Amino acid sequence: MSPHAPNNLTALHGPTALHLGVDLTDAGAHPAAWRTSGSQAARLFDVDRLVALVATAQRGRLDFVAFDDGFSLQPHERGVRGRLDAALVASRLAPRSAGIGLVATVDTTHTEPFHVSKALATIDHVSSGRAAWQVAWSTEQAAASAFGRKAPRDAADAIEQADEAADVVGRLWDSWEDDAEIRDVATGRFVDRDKLHHVDYEGIRFAVKGPSITPRPPQGRPPVVVRADEDGEIELAGRRADVVRVHARTLEEARDKRTQVHDAARAAGRDPRDVIVLVDVFVVLAQQEAAAESRLWLLQDLEGVEWQTDSLTHVGTPAALAETVAQWVNAGAVDGFHVRPASLSTDLDLFVDEVVPALQEAGLFRTEYPGSTLRDTLGLHRPANVYAAATA
Amino acid sequence: MARKQIHLGVHFPGVNNTTVWTEPDSGSQIDFASFEHLARRAEDAKLDFFFLAEGLRLREHKGAIHDLDVVGRPDTLPLLAALAAVTDRIGLAGTINTTFNEPWDLARQFATLDVLSGGRAAWNLVTSSDAFTGENFRRGGYLPYAERYARAGEVVDVARALWDSWDDDAVAADADAGQFLRPGSVRPVDHHGAHVDAEGTFTTPRGPQGHPVLFQAGDSADGRDFAAATADVVFSMHSTFDAGRTFYDDVKGRLATYGRSRDSLKILPATTVVLGDTADEAAERARIIRRQQVSPQTAIAFLEQVWGVDLTAYDAEGPLPDVEPDVDGANITRGRVRHIKDPRPVVAQWRELAAAHGWSIRELVIQVTSRGGFVGTAAQVADEIDRYVQEDASDGFILVPHLTPHGLDDVLDTVVPLLQERGSFRTEYSGTTLRDHLGLAHPDLARGLRPAAVAG
Ligand SMILES: Cc1cc2nc3c(=O)[nH]c(=O)nc-3n(C[C@H](O)[C@H](O)[C@H](O)COP(=O)(O)O)c2cc1C
Repeated sequence: MSPHAPNNLTALHGPTALHLGVDLTDAGAHPAAWRTSGSQAARLFDVDRLVALVATAQRGRLDFVAFDDGFSLQPHERGVRGRLDAALVASRLAPRSAGIGLVATVDTTHTEPFHVSKALATIDHVSSGRAAWQVAWSTEQAAASAFGRKAPRDAADAIEQADEAADVVGRLWDSWEDDAEIRDVATGRFVDRDKLHHVDYEGIRFAVKGPSITPRPPQGRPPVVVRADEDGEIELAGRRADVVRVHARTLEEARDKRTQVHDAARAAGRDPRDVIVLVDVFVVLAQQEAAAESRLWLLQDLEGVEWQTDSLTHVGTPAALAETVAQWVNAGAVDGFHVRPASLSTDLDLFVDEVVPALQEAGLFRTEYPGSTLRDTLGLHRPANVYAAATA
Repeated sequence: MARKQIHLGVHFPGVNNTTVWTEPDSGSQIDFASFEHLARRAEDAKLDFFFLAEGLRLREHKGAIHDLDVVGRPDTLPLLAALAAVTDRIGLAGTINTTFNEPWDLARQFATLDVLSGGRAAWNLVTSSDAFTGENFRRGGYLPYAERYARAGEVVDVARALWDSWDDDAVAADADAGQFLRPGSVRPVDHHGAHVDAEGTFTTPRGPQGHPVLFQAGDSADGRDFAAATADVVFSMHSTFDAGRTFYDDVKGRLATYGRSRDSLKILPATTVVLGDTADEAAERARIIRRQQVSPQTAIAFLEQVWGVDLTAYDAEGPLPDVEPDVDGANITRGRVRHIKDPRPVVAQWRELAAAHGWSIRELVIQVTSRGGFVGTAAQVADEIDRYVQEDASDGFILVPHLTPHGLDDVLDTVVPLLQERGSFRTEYSGTTLRDHLGLAHPDLARGLRPAAVAG
């Protein structure tokens, strides 16, 4: 028996059933992570630091890395402040990585769907099909003031707008059929213009003519990630998301959220099997449970207040975390986890070097990427083109 | 006195009929490998920068997508960010419209690109603003011609204020004090103007260049004044010697008004190069390339833009159409920069030319759309490029290939070394940023010097 695989770690589903993403935002999920030794906080915006983190996640064959973003400076005075544009970060990391998905958070409240569409399409092109879009929206006046606007009325207003934006962006991705480029020398035509489509979108907030200036991305549509807890968010996820991030502290709560997402997908006329539900899990890891607790105390001590998380939080050993993951997945409560390392410089390595091998040896997690695109990794089919279907 | 140094950029083959896509060795216009090839070859040759153009609506002709040229391209800034991963020194210049974007978002993106590339970002400011393109954006937002540069100026002012709102050393990461940012090093911005409102504390660290290098491409008097007031580089269309000199004098002459030295703005026309072992061989290659660029269908479509009517019944290898142009049909093609007000004098002139030379439609179009460019042996072309620069017809060139991605390999391999031998072009990069390559001061330094220059 390998030291990594405890007896009670067994696989009820194959190694394709478990999905693991990791969040590479800031110095980690804990606000004081940047203050710990080894955090490389002075190099927070240094691209070599990010390249190394992606290489680690890729070594663990994780599904994707994700970057948060926003238009206003983080208000937390003692935390990390400042961020790079997440879409450009994802693009910068694409050429020197392989297999791993790159999830960029892009706002819908203050951006143009036309620009969002071609940005994500381009990340997908430069990564040969590894891009994903985490749909964001904002209700704060600080972000609106940056654009000289009034903030949305409320969350429902912002979510409606996000819904419209996601709809237009998807149509723009489809506005080029896959085989639109023909290079027909005899007739002098580079494209078959019958395979390029005006989207003619006339929504409440947007009117977009199209087609996109960028050919259809390799994945057809890069996966859409939605963070969903409230009803409106879950409805949005049911309509638009390929991957849904939920918060849950218990297995039962996770199962319940997953059911809600599946119901929302069904209500939107979709097959729930096309929607992957991941639970955010905050992790503080060490080889001994007591050492993990000491690490958390240190973080709390630096911060001066207790760490408030809003989802499953694991402070303990990698083996115990592997067991929890196995238990939740085997129970059919989740499709996987979105890992939020408390401190990227410590917890990501431990997750990849200790938790992942345990899951692999138990036959629960892949040891190689199944294909080249993020959709391949997620086990999601490449979507049909709505316009091709319409003309066929 | 040291020789004036030439600045050279490469332009990725564009969405227009300069780019020949019909050849067997014409590669993908969208695969990253094509972009990577050109950028890396240009960096091996120590060029100043790689350049991408932009168009925010697919062009249409006679109410349908124009399908005769390359169609489709990646998004400018994500593509440049990806190129930053596979190159180390070459500048990364992207065309981004000031009408259909907001400065807060753009300033973040350019600061990010500058950080991610170690100081190699450049922004080519364009102002195209027609309602046709506006249909792809919220509120159909577009601007009357006259207001484009007013908005562009305000967009740049706000972007600069945002870049300047972070000190270079704002990230202190002082763990003991619990201060990630040095107190006072990031200041709020509060701008309320005719075209832009932007208020708040900016999110993104300042890039190594302080501000990305600013290019401007626009030719009107307003455009030239905007360049003289604002830009570090002008991307021009004036690629012949005489037109180049006139443009160069005009734009450099405007700098003094803004308290700027003649060196602080580089003028770089777009140009093409066709090489051969002999001058005759090069001329023959150039002739073949021009025929590839102007296919029979392209020739007819070009005439239709001027005539304003359908001319597909005419044979491109035959004489000019005998019908008269439709004076009201002049916007048959949309999404192009060119505008013809009254087609009748143009048609009359073309008929005379075609009659005098016995030209077919296709030959006429080849002739009237020729933009010059350098044709000859590598030694001849190197001589000419150097002459243009030494005699102030330009400060260098943006090289536009006709083939993706190998179209400039021969120029980089043979012409550039000859320019290096003459001492007119660098053999190694002397700095790490695009400002270093172009000999442009950091904006803080430039501004520190400005009062002295004005006083003098
Ligand atoms: C050399 C050159 C390159 C240009 N490239 C672009 C481009 O890539 N995208 C774009 O939208 N406009 C482009 N333009 C258009 C200009 O931004 C501008 O809208 C146009 O020249 C009209 O401005 P003007 O009246 O000052 O000449 C270019 C113009 C020139 C002269």
